[in-house]
Amino acid sequence: MSVLSSINKNIRDRLAGRGATVTAHAVADERLVEDLRSALAPDRVRMDSVGRSLHAKDASVFKGGVAGPTCYPTSTAEVQAIMRISHHHGRAIVPRGAGTGLAGGAIPLGAPVVIAMTKMNEILEVDIDNRVAWVEPGVVNLDLTRYLTPMGFHFAPDPSSQQVCTIGGNVANNSGGPHCLAYGVTNAHVQAMEVVLPDGSVTMLGGLDAEPAGLDLRGVFIGSEGTLGITTKVAVAITKNRPAVKTLLLSFDSVSDAANTVSGIIAAGIVPAALEVMDHKITVAVENYVNAGYPRDAAAVLLAEVDGMEAGIAIDAGRIEEIGLANGATDVRTAKDDEERALLWKGRKTAFGAIAQLAPDYYLHDTVVPRSELANVLVKVYEIADRHDLVVMNVFHAGDGNLHPLLLFDARDEGVMDRVHAAGGEIVQASLDAGGVLSGEHGVGVEKQGYMGKLFSDDDMDHQDRLRKAFDPTCRANPGKVIPIGHSCADIQALRRVPTGVWG
Amino acid sequence: MNGIVDRGSQLTFGGAVRRFAEEVGSEGPIAVQGARTRWSAGGALKDDGSVRQVNAPTGIVQYKPDEMTIRVGAGTSVADLDQATAEAGQRSALPDRGGTVGGALAVGENDRDVLGRGTVRSAVLQVSYISSEGKIVSGGGPTVKNVSGFDLPRLMVGSLGTLGCLAEVIIRTNPIPPTSQWFRSTADPFDLYDALLAPSAILWDGTATWVHLEGHGADVAAEAARANAMGPIEPVGEPPSPPGPQRWSLTPAGLRSVDTVIDGPFLASIGVGVVWAVTPQPPRGLTQPVQSIHDRMKILFDPTGRLNPGRNPAQK
Repeated sequence: MSVLSSINKNIRDRLAGRGATVTAHAVADERLVEDLRSALAPDRVRMDSVGRSLHAKDASVFKGGVAGPTCYPTSTAEVQAIMRISHHHGRAIVPRGAGTGLAGGAIPLGAPVVIAMTKMNEILEVDIDNRVAWVEPGVVNLDLTRYLTPMGFHFAPDPSSQQVCTIGGNVANNSGGPHCLAYGVTNAHVQAMEVVLPDGSVTMLGGLDAEPAGLDLRGVFIGSEGTLGITTKVAVAITKNRPAVKTLLLSFDSVSDAANTVSGIIAAGIVPAALEVMDHKITVAVENYVNAGYPRDAAAVLLAEVDGMEAGIAIDAGRIEEIGLANGATDVRTAKDDEERALLWKGRKTAFGAIAQLAPDYYLHDTVVPRSELANVLVKVYEIADRHDLVVMNVFHAGDGNLHPLLLFDARDEGVMDRVHAAGGEIVQASLDAGGVLSGEHGVGVEKQGYMGKLFSDDDMDHQDRLRKAFDPTCRANPGKVIPIGHSCADIQALRRVPTGVWG
Repeated sequence: MNGIVDRGSQLTFGGAVRRFAEEVGSEGPIAVQGARTRWSAGGALKDDGSVRQVNAPTGIVQYKPDEMTIRVGAGTSVADLDQATAEAGQRSALPDRGGTVGGALAVGENDRDVLGRGTVRSAVLQVSYISSEGKIVSGGGPTVKNVSGFDLPRLMVGSLGTLGCLAEVIIRTNPIPPTSQWFRSTADPFDLYDALLAPSAILWDGTATWVHLEGHGADVAAEAARANAMGPIEPVGEPPSPPGPQRWSLTPAGLRSVDTVIDGPFLASIGVGVVWAVTPQPPRGLTQPVQSIHDRMKILFDPTGRLNPGRNPAQK
């Protein structure tokens, strides 16, 4: 059996408690749907096969699971009602944003009630005095920043999917993005959240005061991939726009030179706003796609951005250029205006779209390594791809050591998925061997569950499970994710509690 | 380096951590003491004479300035941490009030310059602690960015040692800005906070304002000029000491009416919400659902209630 079919079979086994075939016309508990429809408007609870198949998977390579009834709440009270009704019917729930996740975190396992938060998409209030914006979880990341820009502020986390991904999804995954190097990931930019807990109670976690009392439950909720409850309102920190920005594009004859430049910049005591590297293949693809002015002949390019005040960033930009040249940069160019800067960033952020011209499918990995190991690990990544006869491209948040190897393939090629997953596994292992971690910003979901034991001991995972159970003693919120299945008995029970008839 | 092998997957530990695990053991009430600078935080130790008081391992285990990370024993003094990082031109978010790294994390209070240095909770990348059962447990990871698994490091920050005894941690470091200068100002502190790009601190006692500017010299000069245009400023060595030992947690907006909330002298951190005062802040309490999670967390992490008895993170 291929590695992918093994993973997919594993998902299906978990869905059904056996290796059942799932049929589209599966009929869930009619009473559950009835109760949900009486709590929400009937047209906001879908049980048709289209509605459910829409929410059967996310943006990862994994085949979909099976969604139970899919709900579109418009208020906290409705989310609470859904949670209570699901609880009453012994059914798990899976929260969902825009479905852009890459680790399978939103794939419904065990025919859960899917709670799609996209209709709760209002920006409720901008509170300048407290430097927060209160938003509903379905607000799109970039929409929030566009809304804040005229007021002189922005929301700092800027994942590449920011045109579509939601704040609720950012909270669930503790999302990052290129500009998190200097400003930090989502956890550093959320002050408080209203959440509906798995038992249906509603509470605020965190607060707008400086040091809220008690444990930092806000902090542990962020990045928990929908396993601790559902966010219904978020107070995100708003960051002042910087008066001056400089964006440098450095070209290199080798990826190692670019990686060493990144290490050199950090070692010199400079923490730029962003440090992004693209290798030759992806740079050419991006250039074909958006004509941003990237050099087609460079083995790698480094996009370095510094922001702040005019004088300081001029000093930092000068030093970055010096460090680049000392590490073999063949060309250093500074974006002359906002338009050129925007074009360069458009190229970087649409890199994954540019892949379509090269191959019909890709698998985007996400690991983190110490910056000083970037060059060594990249050499290994190319070796691994070569050995498995795969094309790999590298585009990554170099300043954080956050690698994003892209394995390109055509899923119709016989046996290719075996090679893709074997290569992926070796890339994860190479990152761990270099002192790295499993994921920088995509999360564990179902994708990295099997690797958790390589990073954590059984005792470590046992304590992660305890943390989860303090919020959700019976694992009703997004069961079957993050912690390997054998490490959480309640998880298995939640997944087995599938009503008769769902499996056709 | 204490025999540490940095092999990238599961952590390995030197003798000091293993000895600490044995010392903590799995039975009998136990309290970890740092430098006792915040010994009464969250309530007095409930000790009928049977509580063993232990000290966490000390010393710098591994410092990687070019990774901006430092791995230290939890019993290391913040002063030693600061000295080690300063030699490489770096600093951390941990406040130095004469205490230890583990103590600073267990209490979780931020530095006075939190706007410039960042929060303590965001600075902790990895924690290793001894569980109630006497096992070594780790969470987080050694890299500056990481979303692998549930966030045990953030759970430990501010937990007052009631969920585990911190043994060793990895802290994120940052470059020390080239220039650092305090100014005394007569301008409205809230206007200053709105006007300045990124002050490291703005303190206000109801009459005078102190501003801490850090960064490249030219940037500090430009920001100082902007501040001066709003009301004359003068460089000073240090801001005033807090008027009292009590620490309040208010919202940044709530500071506008701080004098109606706090009796007596105060020093408020504008844009943050921390206020130092003579009188204590009344208990803030937790919502019922949050209290339930706290109760379950304690039972799950410390089933026998042996870790730091008497301390309550909700009553810091």
